[in-house]
Amino acid sequence: MSSVDMSMPILIVDDYKTMLRIIRNLLKQLGFTNVDEATDGSAALQKLRDKEYSLVISDWNMEPMSGMQLLTEVRADTKLKELPFIMITAESKTENVIAAKEAGVSNYIVKPFNAATLKTKLAAVLGNF
Amino acid sequence: MAVAAVKDKIATQLQALQKADGSVNADDVVSIVESIVDSVEGDLTSVGLKVYADIEALARYINTARSEIAELRPDDINSEHIPAATDELTAIVGSTEQATHTIFEAVEGIEALTEKMDPEVATEVSAGVTSIFEACGFQDITGQRITKVVTTLQQVESKIDALLQAFGDDIKRDGPPKPVEKKKTAPSGAPARPDEDLLNGPQLPENASSQDDIDALFG
Repeated sequence: MSSVDMSMPILIVDDYKTMLRIIRNLLKQLGFTNVDEATDGSAALQKLRDKEYSLVISDWNMEPMSGMQLLTEVRADTKLKELPFIMITAESKTENVIAAKEAGVSNYIVKPFNAATLKTKLAAVLGNF
Repeated sequence: MAVAAVKDKIATQLQALQKADGSVNADDVVSIVESIVDSVEGDLTSVGLKVYADIEALARYINTARSEIAELRPDDINSEHIPAATDELTAIVGSTEQATHTIFEAVEGIEALTEKMDPEVATEVSAGVTSIFEACGFQDITGQRITKVVTTLQQVESKIDALLQAFGDDIKRDGPPKPVEKKKTAPSGAPARPDEDLLNGPQLPENASSQDDIDALFG
């Protein structure tokens, strides 16, 4: 039996509308029904401070605030620091992954990715569903 | 001209070059070389003759290079070709994005119909829809790759600007040189992108880490 609340609020962050739509649809197929969007780190940070989310799924390379900057802000915020944070990015160099891990990312998915990978990483962060 | 006078002239020219803002006018270089050649005329030893020949060849080389570069019309490359190429690439990103969203509209419509389908068929259709969503990720990746190419073209444009500035009006047909782009900063003066050195973009297959490599880093 799933211990994951499929109506948990999830914030997805990407500057490409195509990717936002892909992630939203894949999450919907997995059963998640409460998904909001932001197109850069600063807009996402504002949403995170305005509403309580259970998970952030963010791209890295965005203007004006990148996903890494967003992650750093989240981990430095006493109210948000425990928030699960998954990075989905084309930044696939080892140095990128290490930097994200050191900054406190919960998991890391490299683009292009498939639904199975997304499900596996969500389960690793949230528990099986 | 007396040797002392030639030396003074060359020294003055060299000082003027050193005060320049990093760009060197080819005419100035040729002028200095000619001054050196003038200074050794009438007092040529075998070593002097060799130096004279080398310097003369250098002067010819500089003039030939300047002519050949002028024939390439680098001003055209900067004012027309590179802007056209970047526009085309930007258009590719826009059109593929538009096409991808058209695909999404169609696929989301198909997915909505699965509620009316036989469960077994609906499962198969949903799997196909998932594959289409996954495949549409190409637009995000190609968009980022094309953006990298556009950035590279802009860097080439900047180098050509420097070349045009160095060679002066013989080559530069029109337009002021483009200023070198400075790193973006926040209003506070701090770097706007402190992680700029980590933004490598999508990697070619031989340089990329696989998802397994990344998973291994997480133990």
